Amino acid sequence: MVSVVYEAPETIQDAVALLAGADIPPRALAGGTDLIIQMSNLVNESRLVINLKKIPEFMTASIDAEGLELGPAMPCAELTAREDIKAVYPGLVEAAYLIGSTQIQGRASVGGNLCNASPAADTIPSLIVNRAQCVIVGPSGERTVAAEDFVTGVGQNCLEKDELLRKITLPKPAANTSDAYLRLIPRSEMDIAVAGAGVSITLNEDGECTAARVSIGAVAPTALLVPDAAAALIGSKLDDRALQAAADAASAASNPITDRRGTVDYRRHVVGVLTRRAAVIAADRVRGNR
Amino acid sequence: MKKTHVTTTINGDPVEFLCDPGETLLKVLRDELQLTGTKEGCSSGDCGACSVTMDGRLVCSCLVLAVEAEGAEIGTVEGIETKHKLHVIQEKFLEHAALQCGICTPGLIVSTKALLEENPNPTEKEARYYLAGNLCRCTGYDKIIRAVMDSAEVMRGEA
Repeated sequence: MVSVVYEAPETIQDAVALLAGADIPPRALAGGTDLIIQMSNLVNESRLVINLKKIPEFMTASIDAEGLELGPAMPCAELTAREDIKAVYPGLVEAAYLIGSTQIQGRASVGGNLCNASPAADTIPSLIVNRAQCVIVGPSGERTVAAEDFVTGVGQNCLEKDELLRKITLPKPAANTSDAYLRLIPRSEMDIAVAGAGVSITLNEDGECTAARVSIGAVAPTALLVPDAAAALIGSKLDDRALQAAADAASAASNPITDRRGTVDYRRHVVGVLTRRAAVIAADRVRGNR
Repeated sequence: MKKTHVTTTINGDPVEFLCDPGETLLKVLRDELQLTGTKEGCSSGDCGACSVTMDGRLVCSCLVLAVEAEGAEIGTVEGIETKHKLHVIQEKFLEHAALQCGICTPGLIVSTKALLEENPNPTEKEARYYLAGNLCRCTGYDKIIRAVMDSAEVMRGEA
């Protein structure tokens, strides 16, 4: 069994000081839906568990003309209930809604999903296409890392031992922009992505795509930003040829493995299909917004 | 190992307990507080047998540290009935025979109550999605969903 020392700081400064002064391996606790399971498998080890949920800024989200500031420990259930956030970032909210069950969403957070760094994490492609920035705090101050650079490998992120993810900021999308996230699972609920795709689309008055971001998940060690897929969409009216070129670019960029959820060939194919369909949904959302 | 003292509220009553800071709320509810209505299934957040509410939000008690209950309001299946009278949801689960072995039932009842408080008039699809985190390996869900939809109707005053 794991031996736990538990702390619940109420300020960021106290949390950072606890991390810096830790004499046993520290773990930041947000929703705990990954961490508590990981700790239950430890034998004869100690962990300093720092619960971040008593720090008010970590548990709230605010949206204004600048964009979204998301507290990294806010439960997904709270995010998915926020119509103001859903109206601007529908793809991010639908990704949060896909994580686990109602019970899991009652605890799990976007920040935790990002820091846990699963290749199949549903919110990461949506953060990437929305140009999310991760604000990191440590003893020497703050630094900011783009969402696509935050995860460095399977279960690995760019945080140093004495650093915390403090908040996630998403700039306000350009006018006539929307996003979508799709994933494939073999059943209708409660599973882990075989492949996932997030797409953000900006259209002009003529219905021509003037900007796009595409990110794919569960088909490489980390979620990938795919500029070639975006380039295939930009300048088009999202006709069949452009959509297929984007799908092909996403498949080409993928680097999946074969496991019990799917084979390499299947995942490569499916991630292209999801990219294409997510682009269509994002564009439809733009048109609906007008 | 040093025990931590926790002051919390369970089903409206003030409760204090001592726990190891690595212990889950599920373990303390069952082993320390003898609230054995909450069941242990998978202990990994997949089955929902240990569903409780924490500050009004549905959670798996196997994925909550007991120390996190400090100052919180916990709701378990033992708090669903009032004054030894079964809640409508419990009556409907009996009436529809929405159980066989019964291990999933407390979690399903707690989740159904949370569902109907959030959405008193769910479609069958909404109910099935909301309850997807509560696994039953006996019934095939049909009787459970009938009990849930019937409970919703009664609670809305329509039946």
